[in-house]
Amino acid sequence: MFQRTKTLVAVLAATTMLSGAAFADGHAKLSGDLKIFLDTSNPAPRATMEKMIADFGAANPDLNIETTVIDREAYKTQIRNFLTADAPDVATWYAANRMTPYVSAGLFEDISDLWAEPEIAENLASTKGAMTIDGKQWGVPYTYYQWGIYYRKDIYDELGLSEPTNFDEMKSNCQVILDSGRKCYTIGSKFLWTAGGWFDYLNMRTHGFDFHMEMARGEIEWTDDRVRETFANWRELIDMGGYIDNHQNYSWQEALPFMVNGEAASYLMGNFAVAPLREAGLSDDQLDFYQFPSINPNVELAEDAPTDTFHIPANAKNKDNARAFLRFVVSADVQTEINNGANLGQLPVNAKASVDDDKFLKEGFAMLSSNSPGGVAQFFDRDYSAEMAAEAMQGLQEFMVIPDNLDEILARLEKVRVRINK
Amino acid sequence: MSNVATSDTPRKQRSWYKRNEVAITPWLFLAPAIFFFAVYVIWPIYQSITISFYDWDGLGEATYIGTDNYTELMDDDAFKVSLWNNLKWLLFYLLAIPGGLFIAIFLNQSVRGIRIYKSLFFFPFVVSQVVVGLVFSWFYLPDAGLLNSIIGMVGLGPINVLGDPTWATYGIIAAGLWPQTAYCMILYLTGLNAVDPEQIEAARLDGAKGLRMLWYIIIPQLKPATFIAFVVTIVGALRSFDLISIMTNGGPFGQTRVLSFYMFEKALSEYGFRMGYGAAIAVVLFLIMLVFIAYFLWSMWTEEKGR
Repeated sequence: MFQRTKTLVAVLAATTMLSGAAFADGHAKLSGDLKIFLDTSNPAPRATMEKMIADFGAANPDLNIETTVIDREAYKTQIRNFLTADAPDVATWYAANRMTPYVSAGLFEDISDLWAEPEIAENLASTKGAMTIDGKQWGVPYTYYQWGIYYRKDIYDELGLSEPTNFDEMKSNCQVILDSGRKCYTIGSKFLWTAGGWFDYLNMRTHGFDFHMEMARGEIEWTDDRVRETFANWRELIDMGGYIDNHQNYSWQEALPFMVNGEAASYLMGNFAVAPLREAGLSDDQLDFYQFPSINPNVELAEDAPTDTFHIPANAKNKDNARAFLRFVVSADVQTEINNGANLGQLPVNAKASVDDDKFLKEGFAMLSSNSPGGVAQFFDRDYSAEMAAEAMQGLQEFMVIPDNLDEILARLEKVRVRINK
Repeated sequence: MSNVATSDTPRKQRSWYKRNEVAITPWLFLAPAIFFFAVYVIWPIYQSITISFYDWDGLGEATYIGTDNYTELMDDDAFKVSLWNNLKWLLFYLLAIPGGLFIAIFLNQSVRGIRIYKSLFFFPFVVSQVVVGLVFSWFYLPDAGLLNSIIGMVGLGPINVLGDPTWATYGIIAAGLWPQTAYCMILYLTGLNAVDPEQIEAARLDGAKGLRMLWYIIIPQLKPATFIAFVVTIVGALRSFDLISIMTNGGPFGQTRVLSFYMFEKALSEYGFRMGYGAAIAVVLFLIMLVFIAYFLWSMWTEEKGR
């Protein structure tokens, strides 16, 4: 009985404070429990998150916070269990279609109320779409990062090349690089998703963002001529030998040395590739970035920028504390802090936060905020339904190794699309 | 009065138990085992079979769809590849048995320092499958791997074993054979210790030696060891998973999958949301295993009966 009164008081206290103006400064005193599950298992993100949670705990000394960090890959299979069985109060996940299964199974809390608060509505407007399913919001983003082509500036300088702005330049650059005895692009397709990045860009540049999203929703046949056009463009790069050999053997990390050793000149990747490239010894004079060049001048440029997110499970026990934590995470100061180069090294989601003084982050931020008029996609395996993504990425890898199999691959994918949308 | 009552009832109870003691006691001892076997083996099997008739994403409502999952399996190329690969595993994994026998005979000598060799051969069995997978993927690397250096010296290659859909499965099986052969070797070393020296002596007096000695005298005496080697090798082949996951992750483009790996992909992996379909694959794998289980039970039963 006493226990129950205590929690009741705690909940009351929390709600009254939250409804008041007090929450805005982020120092409302919370009490009770808060259980957080994180998938940020790599050393740097892990330290960042633990530091952020410690700060939150310091501001709320009466709050009993329990943090569990789960290996990123294991997390993807465990989330199904812990959301149903023993739900934490806050859990990390990914935006867009990747959250659909949990939203439609009623395992994520609808937090549209948070998004209605002016503080969040105004400053996080750009990511609202990625968090919305059925007109409601199901989580908040905490970081995102650009995709694009990272390249060896010193090799480009040596060969007298400049950043390509259209597909013809991209191909002629590639030919020069090939003639110098190097490969144009490194890639490791063992875990398939890297091939999805190439398809995203080639498809968005050939037919635009809207077409790509219609495909993602399963509204376009894989055997459609327009899809074939995308593959035909891709095939030009494959046939000229632009990609490193045997990429099906490597993970994305194992493909990095080709670029570090100068055997390949560039890498289509997310910004997370910068840190290991720097650690491998490439200086900022040697390493540079450009936006994937235009292919069809009639379509607007669109970008991949995957967003990582926090959610409140529907079975959470301390939802008010969880909401307070989400407000804290997206606030401008925290966003500036956790996304800086020393921590996550990515882009903040809050418009009032400042981007770290890092060459790639600044370039990426400028690209996403001013040179991505077509739209911002999440990434192949987050935009497409999970099952379609799994089949399709396998087909994309096969196409990159044996391009002649294209007809079989497309027929197979079409069969899967029809079954999924049945 | 009270005396009559107390002397009457206990006799009644005792007589009931006495009458059934021989029949009941073994069941009492067996009860815990039967209980756990039912809860952890029989019940899950029943559940998988049930789930295989449903379309279920593991989270929401399950919809009954009858045998649709099985109909789809019949028309699923990835399933055919997995089944075919499972057969390859079954067939080639059996090479571990003659391999193990050969090494065991080779090591079964009283030479100085033979124990060191024995422990070296024992080594791959101690090493985790994950490590074996890693070591072999380095061995097979297309540019820097030891394999290509070796075949390069005789002017062959380079071949990309794990990246080539025609070779990848054989490459993984070869990696799996390494620890499996060591296991069979251990079984045969133990078996060789039990070979009757008098029979060998007698055979030698009758003029048997070399291969004839091996075939007619030694191998028949190793029958129990061979049976166990056969069982563990078949089971090992059917549940192959770790090596595939580590060495190729089922690729290139799904050509090295086996049933257990495909089931995992469909039901439990990052993109897996089809519990029903995964369960259907599990049922097929179970039916294949059932053939072997039946054979093992039958041969054990005939063995017991013959005694």
